[in-house]
Order: sequence, then structure tokens, then C-alpha cells
Amino acid sequence: MLAFVLRRLAQALFVIAAMLVIVFFGVNVVGDPVYMLISPEMDQQQIAETARALGLDRPIWEQFLIFLKNAVQGDLGRSFVHGESAIKLILHRMPATLELAFVALFMAIVIGLPLGLYAGLKPESRISRLIMAISILGFSLPTFWVGLMLILTFAVSLGWLPATGRGPTVSILGIDTSLLSLKGWQHVALPALNLALLKISLVIRLARAGAREAALMDYVKFARAKGLSQSRIIGVHILKNIMIPIVTVLGLEFGSLVAFSVVTETIFAWPGMGRLLLEAITRLDRPVIVAYVMVVVVLFVTINLLVDLIYSALDPRVRLTEATS
Amino acid sequence: MSEATLPTAASAPPVEAKEETPFRRFARSFFEDRLATFGLCLFALIVLLALAAPLIAPQNPYDLASVDVMDSRLPPGDVAGEGFTMWLGSDGVGRDLLSGILYGLRISLMVGAFSGILAAGVGMAIGLIAAYAGGRTENIIMRIVDLQLSLPSVLVALILVAGLGKGVDKIIIALVMVQWAYYARTVRGSALVERRKEYVEAAQSLGLSHARTVFRHILPNCLAPVIVIVTVQTAHAISLEATLSFLGVGLPQTEPSLGVLIANGFQYMLSGKYWISVFPGIALLLTIVSINLVGDRLRDVLNPRLEK
Amino acid sequence: MAPVLEVSGLKTHFFTRAGTVKSVDGVDFHVDRGEVLGLVGESGSGKSVTGFSIMGLIDPPGKIVEGSIRLNGKELVGLDEEGFRKVRGREVAMIFQDPMMTLNPVLRVDTQMIEAVTAHDRVSHKAARERARDALAKVGIPSPEERLNAYPHQFSGGMRQRVAIAIALLHRPPLIICDEPTTALDVTIQSQILAEMQSLCAETGTALVWITHDLGVVAGLADRIAVMYAGRIVETGAVDPVLDAPLHPYTSGLLGSLPAEGEPGAPLRQIRGSTPSLARLPQGCAFAPRCDFAQADCLAQAPAVTAFPGERGVRCHHPLNLAGVAA
Repeated sequence: MLAFVLRRLAQALFVIAAMLVIVFFGVNVVGDPVYMLISPEMDQQQIAETARALGLDRPIWEQFLIFLKNAVQGDLGRSFVHGESAIKLILHRMPATLELAFVALFMAIVIGLPLGLYAGLKPESRISRLIMAISILGFSLPTFWVGLMLILTFAVSLGWLPATGRGPTVSILGIDTSLLSLKGWQHVALPALNLALLKISLVIRLARAGAREAALMDYVKFARAKGLSQSRIIGVHILKNIMIPIVTVLGLEFGSLVAFSVVTETIFAWPGMGRLLLEAITRLDRPVIVAYVMVVVVLFVTINLLVDLIYSALDPRVRLTEATS
Repeated sequence: MSEATLPTAASAPPVEAKEETPFRRFARSFFEDRLATFGLCLFALIVLLALAAPLIAPQNPYDLASVDVMDSRLPPGDVAGEGFTMWLGSDGVGRDLLSGILYGLRISLMVGAFSGILAAGVGMAIGLIAAYAGGRTENIIMRIVDLQLSLPSVLVALILVAGLGKGVDKIIIALVMVQWAYYARTVRGSALVERRKEYVEAAQSLGLSHARTVFRHILPNCLAPVIVIVTVQTAHAISLEATLSFLGVGLPQTEPSLGVLIANGFQYMLSGKYWISVFPGIALLLTIVSINLVGDRLRDVLNPRLEK
Repeated sequence: MAPVLEVSGLKTHFFTRAGTVKSVDGVDFHVDRGEVLGLVGESGSGKSVTGFSIMGLIDPPGKIVEGSIRLNGKELVGLDEEGFRKVRGREVAMIFQDPMMTLNPVLRVDTQMIEAVTAHDRVSHKAARERARDALAKVGIPSPEERLNAYPHQFSGGMRQRVAIAIALLHRPPLIICDEPTTALDVTIQSQILAEMQSLCAETGTALVWITHDLGVVAGLADRIAVMYAGRIVETGAVDPVLDAPLHPYTSGLLGSLPAEGEPGAPLRQIRGSTPSLARLPQGCAFAPRCDFAQADCLAQAPAVTAFPGERGVRCHHPLNLAGVAA
């Protein structure tokens, strides 16, 4: 078991190291950020000074070594635009993104699971067909377009919910959250639903397939033969079995939620790190791009590890195979 | 049944059997699904409209002389200063939206098709190399494939355009780099299976060259899964290009794809001028859904495991 | 004394796209208190569907279309889901064929036993757990207290079947339906479980419907036997007379295909052909196309039941071994 964890940690560190190299060179090879930062009135000398101040005059491998040395110390450079530590900028914006992603994940389960269960247990009914049609559509629709339609429907036409921004935040244990007030929830509702859409479709598919499979299993028939109620069979026997693949997949998809939040945050003016990334890309703020990618990669790797642990907690069979191996 | 009709009835089936080529069988089972048939027809119509855009569009949106700022933000059905009806309204600078969508479709489809085909070519080549080379080469290639597939495509594309910049060519490069890994993985998988089959050994023992073995024997057998991925990935590429363009990091204003049109309309949406964003969006939606419907059916028809 | 179970005219059909499958098509039998009835037939003969019909576990497209199932004098056909739920596990329990599949792999054994107790009895969690532990001890599972905390995959196949039996016995139901519960087990464990079932049922006075395709199992276990073919019972009677002198050619054929019956080295006899499609049964006797003794009337008309003394019955126009019955 310990060897397994250590091997996984080594793999994770290798991925992070590989991404450091790829991203640094990838972003630095193309485009010259100096020209993004100088005003047209600057003369050659001022340009050179600016470049020197940012360390852009050195050869790229030297820049990389400096970058690497700093990276190990948790410093991924200063934002060209904001003049602040890039990693600080990202981490400062991260709670808003994570809040959005978690609410989206929650929505995906709360909406997707019952719909998928229903469709799986009553595959022939009309409602099930409708659910599946919606799920197929959910896979086809581009996220940003759905976001626009949500704003148009719920904010512009109906005026029920605000279209942009984050609600008032409250600091709990040092983490700002907007989920403690009704206003905060009103603000998070539309962007989270937008972000959740793909995952809702995914959960519907997984839950439906799982429920269809589980409903045919002998243990469900045996549970009925024991005289258990329908709600106990669905809520405990079937649900616990289909939760295993769903939790695994959703856990792995959490990273993609964070990635897709770039789109959602831009549409809904959500002050998260995704919007920061987009600003950085349009202004070629390289340290921020690099810092964002590294933060997300670390997040990915951590999630993968966590999912493995949750998976073994949910499925007793996994625990056994690992204990014996 | 009378005796006179009996011989014809008996001789008819063999004739039919002769005409049942693999392609016919494939076409017949494809069109059995009404939704997929609808998808294919819709897609054909969209392609036709895009190709014929210069002939049928009421206005050339690139021709600044024909665009009048006085016409900007007209609601659907209003008549332009030039005298023609703007059935879908006009955008922020007075261009006819219907014309804009028709021309925008050309760009979106072109980007999608080009990147899809290029990615297929690059990915298949790399996949075949991996399958054929084996050993360390294969290991390294597949590690890269796995790494890439584990990252969300939006993020990879965003980082790529951050480095590459704007422009049709750059977007296509970015989309190819996002997609190639799917083909590489699939083709390698199929090729490994095919390689072990006897006929490849037979072909090699006959002294056929590697290239000939690959192109005559392995490639045709990998084609079915690749065709499915091409459709799905083309839809994905169109969606991704629209997303990037919407975010302002994809195509420039001089190449107004559907995503650019939608982005241009976004600022007017909060004031209730919905059509500038909504209609290009519907065009985008129909395109993606029609391709996905075809792709879903292709997956069912071409999957030999499901074949009865 | 009134029988525990009385099934009469039971018809369970499945309405599939390919047509109506008459899995059970007019079945009559009864089980007395403490009695073991062997329900024998090939796969597809409708024996398992009969068992599930009694449990009310027939799902669409299947449906009980006709007949009556009386359990302790209470009619089960037509009960709603909640009505059936109250019966299941308390008045009639069921044990399934494959012990590897009947227990939920992601729930602990105690969860699965306690929920079975509390489904019918309003008792505390602690009391339910104690009952579960006692039931495990009763079926011969060592250190039941610790085993309660285990997951099904930590048990062997035989042990899992013992757990299933313990669950079936939790409410001491007057009737247990056993759907080939030993088929999936090793031969040595098979006989252990058989012996244990027998003594447990004798102790509690539980009646059994033992569904099987194995005449050898039935011979050592059952009091009476009912042979099913194509959705109907073709022969019934006490075990020994039926096995010694079968009336129906099908029963005779089944006995002939048992290895123990023939001389060592002699080729096994087999019944030619295979079970007919239940969607398109032949007119006349369903067994006629495979029967060595079939005559013109067998193909024309389905035989009715001919009754003989000693609860013996046969569904055949030309029964064998009639001399044995008359004697």
C-alpha cells in the first residue's frame, strides 16, 4: 500500500516537472511580450530597460534556469501587467473558481443522478426518452452558447437572476465564499448551471447505464425477495453500486470543470482564475499563464490521487486487492 | 402463388444478393435510423448553403461599400437602406445577419474540416509509427498521447493560442494539436490488433514492403473507427473554434466565423437585442448537432461488435 | 391440514416483441406443511418462472395472466407491490442459484441482514443485529459476530450461500423457494448444504419448493416431485414411485440420461431434439416431437391430466409403466 502511494507520488511529480518544461518553452518560444508592455513613445533604451527589468534580455535557457530555481521555491515570476507575484494572483482568484466548480459538481449530481436513475429504471417511458434527448443535446451544445442563452432567458427576459458578477462574500476560516447568502446563491446559480451542463449529461448517461445494469442483477432481485421497499432498493442497493463509477468519473472531471470555467467565468464576469487566464492570454502575460497551468496541473494530480482514495473507500473489493498485492 | 411467377421469384434473390455490396449494406443500415438520416440531410443542406453563400446571400459582409452603419442593430424582418429585407436583422455595424451567418458558416466549416483532416493524417501517421516501431518509441509516443488526452482540450487549445496568436492558420494548428492524440491512440490500437492477424504475417512472408503492408492491409482495417472519430472530432473542432473566437483568442474580426459573430452580439444582448448572438448560435448548434447525429449512427453501424 | 401453498391454473406469460412466451401455462400443485417438493425440469421449462411468480417478482414484459396462488390460504395473485412486499421474506423466502451474485457486493453482510429483519419487524438496530448473528451461527458460519462486519467478497461461494440461507430463515417463513441453490457450488459443499437445509427445515417445520434440473438432488431430498416441461407439469407424485416407475416418457427420458442409471461404459441415453420455443408451441402435446412413443393423437390434441391414487398424476395420452400404478 505504501509502495503504491509512493509510486503514484513519483508519477505525479514527474508529470508536474514535464509540464513545467513544456509550458515554459511553449509559451516563451512564440510572441514577444516586451512589445505588449511598452508604449509607442518609448525609445530603444527604455525598451531595453524594461526588458532587462523583466529578465527578458537573457538567453531563454538562462531564463528557464532562473524560472526553475524560483519555481522550486514557489515563485513563478511576476505578472508583467499587475507587477505582483503570479502565483499569488492565481491563488487569490482560486477560491472563486473552486466555489463555482464545486457548486457545478453538486448540481451535476443533484440534477443528473435522479434523471439518470429514472431513465435507467424506466427505459421505455416517454419521460426517459426526453431525458436522454436532453442529455445528447447537452453533449452537443457549446458551453459558451448555453451560457448566453441562460443569461438571455433568466436574466434578460425573466429578470429572475443576475447575469454577471459574484455576490457578497463572507470569510470563513480564511476562505471567501459567497454561498452563505441568498444573494450569493443567486449570483452563482446561472454560471454554475452553465458549467454543470456537460457534467449533468455525463451523470445522466452514467447513472442510466449503471441503473439498467444493476436492476438486472440478482442482488436486486434478492433484495426484493427479502421484502425490502422499492425506495430502500433504489436508494441503497442500486445507488451505492452506481455511485462508484460516477464518483470516479466526476472526480477526474473536476479538473475539466476548472478548465471550462475559463469560458463560463468570462461570460458571467465571474472573478475567478479562469478569467485571469484569459486576460493574461490576450495581454501575453506569460508568468500568469505559466502559473495558472502549473496550479491547474497540481490540482489535477492531487485530484487523481484523491479519487483513487475515495474509490477504494467506496468499493470494498478494491481495498482487498490492494491489501493483498 | 401461380406456377408462372415461381421461376422469377426464385431467381430474384441471387440478383439482389449480388447488388448488396458492403457499401450498400452500410448505407441501408445507416438510413434505417430516421434521426441520423435527418442529421445527414441537415448537414448536407448546411454545407450547400455555406458553399453557395456568395450566390444566395443578400449582401457581401466583406464589401464595406454595401454596408451602411445606419442599418445597424435592426431587428429581424426590417428592411435595409439598400432595399432588401434583413430576415434575421443586422449586427452592430449594420451588416445583414443572414449574410454574415452564411459567410461565417464557410469559415467555421472550413476550419473544422481542415483541422479534422489534418489531425486525422498526423494522428494516424504517429499512431502507425508507434504500432510499427514498438519498444521505446511506442512507449514515449503513447505517454505523450495519454498526457494530452488527460488534459481538457479547451485548456490545451487556450495555452496553444496564447503562444501562437490569432489567425485561421494558427487556430487550425492549435486544433490539430488538440485532436491528433485521439487518432493516434485509436489507430495504434487497431493496428496492433491487425498486425497480429495472420494475413499481415502472410503479406510479410511474401516479401511485401512495410509501406505496402501498412497501406494495403493495416490502414483499410483501421478506417472504420477513424471515420467515426473524424465526424465527432470535426464537430468538436467547430465547437472549440467558436469557443476560442468567442473568448477573443481565436479568429480575428477579419475572419468572422460563427463564434466571432456571437461574440460581437454578446455586448448587445443585455439590452435585449438578442438576435445578433442568437441566430449565429442557432446556426452553430444545427451544424454541430447534425454532425453528431451522423457520428452517433456511424458509430453504431461501423462497430463490428454490434453487428448481428 | 390445509397446504402451505396451493397453486392452481397459474399462467405467467411474457409479452415480447417476438410474440407471447408462455413460460408458465397452466400449472397446478400444492405443498404441505414441512414438505419438500422437488420442481424438476430442463432450463426453459418454466420452473424458475413459477418460483418467481409465487414471490411476485415477475417484471414486465412478464405478467401473471391467470390462476391463483394461495399462501396459507391467502390469495397472492392481484396483490399490489406493497402487499407482496409484506409477504416476501416473512411468509415466503427465496434462495437463488448463484451465491456470488445474490449478495450486494458493496454492502456489508450486517447491513444486508439487518435490513431484512427491519423490513418486517419494528425492532431496534441492536436487536436486529443480534438476530442476524444468531441466524449466521445457525447455518454454521464460524465466529458470526466478526463475519457480520465482512463484505460478501470475503466469503467463499458456499459461505455466501449459507448467508443467503440465514437471511431466508430470519423470519422463519413457512415456505422457502430454492432456485437451484446448490448448482453453482462444489459437489462436497453441495451435499453439506443439502444436509443442513434438510435438518434446518425439519427443525423449523419449513416447507421447501426445491427447483432443480438434477434428479439426483431431488431423489435424496424431496418428499414429492413435480416434473415440468414447456410451462406445464407433466408428471407429479411421491418421489420414489415417480423415479422407480415414471409414467411420462419425458420423466423416463430424464432418468435415462442420468449417468448413474446406466451400466458403466454404456452410452448415455439422451432425449432427442431440444426444448421447444415457448413462443410457438406445437399443437397437441408439447413433448410429442421429441417423444419415442408419440402417436397420431399426441400431435392432434394436448393431453389432460390423468389422476391416479396417492396424489399421482400425469399429462400424457399413452403413459408408461401403468402396471406399477394399478398395483
